[in-house]
Amino acid sequence: MAERISLAHGEGGELTHQLIQEVFIQSFGHAEQARLDAAVIPCFSGKMAVTTDSYVVDPLFFPGGNIGKLAVTGTVNDLAVTGAVPKVLTAGFMIEEGFPVSDLKKIVKSMAAEAETAGVSIIAGDTKVVERGSVDGVFINTTGIGAIGEKYINPAGMKKGDAVIITGTIGDHGIAILSARQQLGLVTDVKSDCASLNTLLHQLLQQTDGIRVMRDLTRGGLATGLVELCEDFSASIELKETSIPVREEVEGACDILGFDPLYLANEGKAVIIVDSKEADKVIHLLQSHKFGKNARLIGLVTSISEKAGKLKLKTPVNTTRRLTRLSGMVLPRIC
Amino acid sequence: MLETKIFSHPELTRRLADAVAKSAETFIKREGRMPAVMEVCGSHTMAFAKSGIKTRLRDYVRLIAGPGCPVCVTDQKAIDAMIRLSEKNNVILCSFGDMMRVPGSGSSLLQAKTNGSDIRVIYSPSDSIQIAEDHPDKEVIFLGIGFETTIPALVAAVREAEKKGLTNFSIWMTTKLVAPVLRALLQSGEVELDGFLLPGHVSIVTGKQSYRFLNDDYQIPGVITGFEPVQLLSGLLKLLNQLHEGRTGIINDYTYVVNEAGNFTAQHYMETYLTRADEEWRGIGEIRGSGLVLREKYARFDAKKKFNVLPAVPKKTKCRCGDIIRGVITPEECVLFNKACTPSKPVGPCMVSSEGTCAAHYHFMRED
Repeated sequence: MAERISLAHGEGGELTHQLIQEVFIQSFGHAEQARLDAAVIPCFSGKMAVTTDSYVVDPLFFPGGNIGKLAVTGTVNDLAVTGAVPKVLTAGFMIEEGFPVSDLKKIVKSMAAEAETAGVSIIAGDTKVVERGSVDGVFINTTGIGAIGEKYINPAGMKKGDAVIITGTIGDHGIAILSARQQLGLVTDVKSDCASLNTLLHQLLQQTDGIRVMRDLTRGGLATGLVELCEDFSASIELKETSIPVREEVEGACDILGFDPLYLANEGKAVIIVDSKEADKVIHLLQSHKFGKNARLIGLVTSISEKAGKLKLKTPVNTTRRLTRLSGMVLPRIC
Repeated sequence: MLETKIFSHPELTRRLADAVAKSAETFIKREGRMPAVMEVCGSHTMAFAKSGIKTRLRDYVRLIAGPGCPVCVTDQKAIDAMIRLSEKNNVILCSFGDMMRVPGSGSSLLQAKTNGSDIRVIYSPSDSIQIAEDHPDKEVIFLGIGFETTIPALVAAVREAEKKGLTNFSIWMTTKLVAPVLRALLQSGEVELDGFLLPGHVSIVTGKQSYRFLNDDYQIPGVITGFEPVQLLSGLLKLLNQLHEGRTGIINDYTYVVNEAGNFTAQHYMETYLTRADEEWRGIGEIRGSGLVLREKYARFDAKKKFNVLPAVPKKTKCRCGDIIRGVITPEECVLFNKACTPSKPVGPCMVSSEGTCAAHYHFMRED
């Protein structure tokens, strides 16, 4: 096979066939489905969850992962936080002419490995090759389908006094990407937290009662994720600044660069809102899993009413301030 | 090694805040009003707001944000000129991210970028040298805004361009100096002040001695302080003590990084490459000798000499950034604040700059 992707790889002819056979089918193992124009899958009973996401992260390879792994974890997590069990994924690739085939293979292998870890099958795909400069290396779109069981998430059930729990430290992905870009002279050991949380979250949902909300935190960080939740479900939440777990390296990088960890991207963290009676159990369960070791109680739902809908932060000097959506921070292509 | 965590230690912060409040109460009993303290630096303004200290002390110390945000004090005509500059053919404009959303009379750099101008956000002026090397067929212009903290980095970029013999690199300088604007504020007498919290970063370059005039000419005290909660509060406490004892003079409470004479190397290169010039300040007007520009010898790196940009007549708005910069009003007293003017729809620079007073109040001091 050629060393670099050429426009001919996207023409639908011999080279396309070769690319699909040698790169995609070899890793994804979906030879059976690939013979048909559409993958055929069994109908799940009950409700299904569907989500789609496109990945344009820069750089493509970063400490803790690459665009391929991210394209699986991101979509899997979107399904998992609704309470669905992710079942199948599709993957669309937009590849820049001249992109090294070896890099593509690495990316595709990571996707396959992460899909296996998450227990999902990649059953359909598409490849397009565009002229040099039309995309930056490779962009990937994944669509995921999951089955919703008896227990699912209904944020409208949030109540005053509910506990707000985070599964771990915030801002790791944002700082990992920034240091991988090597533009800031920033050298850190921080790895992206990108991980599929579906097993952890499924366990949690099965073994506890009273879980009202699960949200994966991505672009915009913890603050933006919770502001949206507060507004959408007329809930007010108060977080305690000193309780929010932030790695020392992330805090240091933020101090130097003027970023706020509350607004930095995450790719393997979720917020769980649960009946306060179950909070200890949830934290215990999270902490016994490798993706929840640093789980902590970070705040409470303070009111549910038409007039609510605000996210507040209690500072170390016991004043409170309102948190708003991310605005004005120039950090593009983080996922 | 310095244990930096101690400077944001929650318990220590709380206790110091209590001590400042108590000390301020004594002042209030004696004077019948709160002590009025100006924090000169925009990063101080942000840190006071974000840490919750400004809210905690609102009934004890009147903290007035000073003219220390470089983006905010940039004159409207200069911002319009930068936007026009970006629209020129064959130009790559490099800027700190803070400038991108600042509203000009008709547009912003971000809008110009969307419309096709080649504008790069960079973190260090030296990055623009690399861009100039990579694009020998383009003119690369760096928007050189900043106070004494940033000016040495601008000079370093010019030195690098000089060493590399670059002919396609230049800087659009609108630099500002701290001492002249403090003099202008004190001379105007518009705002009654009891003392200053002086900018830690600027002082690294200029040294403690650069504030001697505050004592000699105006008999007003000042404390040079850092940016962490404990440092801010320690600075305030020392300033209040001076007020109680009726002492003036400058205290250096940031001795880990600030010394008496400042950074000699930085001062030397600033002196070699730059010379004093009159600068326009938003809301204040022209202040004599309040900026630095490239000396004639380095005119080839001076974008203002290299490119002709027609001055525009600034659009009049109800924006009161100028009054806010001088400490005459607070953001909440501006009719536009959090109504017509928000970070995503800014009318003035104070709302978009990461050191802007309105941004500090919008992001960190709203409770509802």
